[in-house]
Amino acid sequence: MKPSIALASATESRVQPMADPKVKSRIRNLNFYYGQMQALKNINMDIFEHAVTALIGPSGCGKSTLLRCFNRMHDLTPHTRYEGEIRLYPDDVNIVGPDIDPIEVRMRISMVFQKPNPFPKSIYENVAYGLRVRGIKSRSELDGRVEAALRGAALWDEVKDRLDEPGTALSGGQQQRLCIARALATDPEIILFDEPTSALDPIATASIEDLIISMAGNVTVIIVTHNMQQAARVSNYTAFMYLGELIEFGATNELFTRPRHQRTSDYLTGRFG
Amino acid sequence: MASLSRPITVTASPSALGELRSNVARRRRWDVVFAAVGVIATSVGVITLLALFIDLLLDGYHRLTLDFFLSYPSRRPEQAGILSAWVGTCLVMSVTAVVGVPLAVAAGVYLEEYAPRNWVTTLIEINVSNLAAVPSIVYGLLALGLFVYALNFGQSILSAGLTLALMIMPIIVVATREAVRAVPHAIREAAYAVGATRWQVTRDHVLPYSIPGIATGVIIGLARAIGETAPLITIGALTFIAYLPDPPITTTPPFINFNWLWSGFTVLPIQMFNWVSRPGTAFHANAAAAGIVIVALTLVMNAFAIWLRYRLRKRITW
Amino acid sequence: MPGKPEALEHHHIVRAFDEELARLTSAIVEMGGLAERQVADAMRALTEGDVELAARVIDSDRKVDELEERIDQDAIKLLALRQPMAIDLRTIAMSLKISNDLERIGDYAVSIAKRSQRLAEQPAPKPLQQLAVIGNLCLGMVKDVLDAYVERDAEKATAVWHRDQEVDQQYTSLFRELVTYMLEDPRTISTCIDLLFIAKNMERIADHATNIGEKIVYIIYGAEINRPRHEVE
Repeated sequence: MKPSIALASATESRVQPMADPKVKSRIRNLNFYYGQMQALKNINMDIFEHAVTALIGPSGCGKSTLLRCFNRMHDLTPHTRYEGEIRLYPDDVNIVGPDIDPIEVRMRISMVFQKPNPFPKSIYENVAYGLRVRGIKSRSELDGRVEAALRGAALWDEVKDRLDEPGTALSGGQQQRLCIARALATDPEIILFDEPTSALDPIATASIEDLIISMAGNVTVIIVTHNMQQAARVSNYTAFMYLGELIEFGATNELFTRPRHQRTSDYLTGRFG
Repeated sequence: MASLSRPITVTASPSALGELRSNVARRRRWDVVFAAVGVIATSVGVITLLALFIDLLLDGYHRLTLDFFLSYPSRRPEQAGILSAWVGTCLVMSVTAVVGVPLAVAAGVYLEEYAPRNWVTTLIEINVSNLAAVPSIVYGLLALGLFVYALNFGQSILSAGLTLALMIMPIIVVATREAVRAVPHAIREAAYAVGATRWQVTRDHVLPYSIPGIATGVIIGLARAIGETAPLITIGALTFIAYLPDPPITTTPPFINFNWLWSGFTVLPIQMFNWVSRPGTAFHANAAAAGIVIVALTLVMNAFAIWLRYRLRKRITW
Repeated sequence: MPGKPEALEHHHIVRAFDEELARLTSAIVEMGGLAERQVADAMRALTEGDVELAARVIDSDRKVDELEERIDQDAIKLLALRQPMAIDLRTIAMSLKISNDLERIGDYAVSIAKRSQRLAEQPAPKPLQQLAVIGNLCLGMVKDVLDAYVERDAEKATAVWHRDQEVDQQYTSLFRELVTYMLEDPRTISTCIDLLFIAKNMERIADHATNIGEKIVYIIYGAEINRPRHEVE
């Protein structure tokens, strides 16, 4: 028998970083428009439960736009329009459907932003805010969940003695972890990260990355990043986007060592597209 | 690698350095010229104001006794006082504040946070901005037609307060919108992202953080209203009043009384205007004294606005 | 053939990266040229009984080792400073392995040269002819696989990979022949063992050429040549 170059096809050989991943969300034929401008073009992609999915691509490729579809942030901007579906499981609702209240979506999917944006309130109130808007008033419940969230964000030991101090007095990295705690406090099903470390120094960046890696397993994470190495470090799956289209989606270790598309390769290796 | 090890090109030969220095010196000269022009321009304004105020002080300070504040106007200048005027000012101002501030703040917040971005909103915005520039006498005419006759409030404190409220509303609306706009978008997004409704975002974040700016706008608006004469004369303020309106607080239940709203009134600037228009220097001294009171009131209010803004801003950092 | 090769038609935005990669590749090519020359010279020293040429082969090994060290350093520097991805990552990682293969090829050539010096003192044994055939096969494989590397030609690299079988067959038949000689005439045992080792060295050279072929395919496609287990010996 003659050996041959049987290059394992991409789908067969995909190394699943997780055994039997469950689909948390399924994007189907998603189009998104800012007025006349189409920012997302027919996106199809699965988000796996309790995994970290990274969205990468050059500026203006639509990765942040896609991320913001997940918690309907675009609804705050006039003249925006969704087409297609983002189905959220297990209850199988289309979270970009016109009949779904964005507030409902945001109560299930929370977000951490590019620049740390704590409220000019105390550390405690920052974390408790998501619970307060839900009408939780019991002091003991608030105390417990604020502590749990701060522990989840690896911030508890640093701030437990000064919960009344303003959140804005913390360092940049701590502020971002405070924002993560705020997002965690409401027990979201998915947490969205929009370039969460682009305003931070390398040490603070490393601690946020560590946090994201440790969060996966309990919560589904979608992260947009400009930093390819960051995507490689923290994510299980990576999607490469270009000009509003999803070019390639796959397991991170596959995508970074052997991308299937020339455009992905050019972007990853830093070549002119 | 080659580009890294390239030696630094030496451009600054002695003659080139001399050229460079004279170039800097040449351009520096205009800095000095402009600074001088600026100092002169600023001085003109400050010195004129100071001169006016000192003149006012010299003319009127000897009339500033306790009696002056506790006496009604009189035909005898040395017995005349501003009791009815400052009480009238206080009452008119409270109507203005109670009616104008909530309306204006609500309108400002609505326009900035809630109103859909369409041509109607744009039209309203343009109108509000223009209203701030409408001469006050026009408000007086409007109020005469609307409050005094159409609504039949008469020539009362209520009409006056409503007129001034109407007049300062655009100022407060604009200030509110500025203050609301200064709240970073990121803060709103943060609140929306944890599932807050628009009202929760407004109540818990936008309003609390924009209070310094709103308060400043409110005080500046009220300070402007205090000095207004024209619209009040238009709606028929009395110029000579020797009685006080019914007190708002009574000794018998329900301890509160709104009869004063319908009372005739005068205010400080009208009293002053009245005295100025009389012959005789003695009355002019009274006018100067009343002027000092108005200027002092305005200055105190502005100072309070600055202090308040400073105090509140310190607690809010993004 | 599923999967598309990743092309390098575009330049890096950081042009210095292009230069450094080119430098690494040319170091591999230079090292390959040296190893190929060693193999060719070792073969000639063997067939012509040229003791001096054999000495030069032994001597040139130092240069090959130096080059290997330089390639290691360059590759590690690139990995540390450029954080390469995708085809760049594969090129750099594989250059580390290819340089190792080339170094081994050089070592086997030296080993052949050493034994050829000893053999030169005796009359040419009969199986030398067949040994030369294997040697030429190996030399051809080394040459072609280096061409495939320079040209990034997966087809050519795969072809080299296939030729390994032929070398293996030739080696096996020579092995039997030498065993027969030794049984017939025990006095030839010492010579035959030298010849046997030389044949083994050549067979190993072919194996390393094959390895390089596999790595070239991996660089180009990011996938390995699918080789059934029983083919590997």
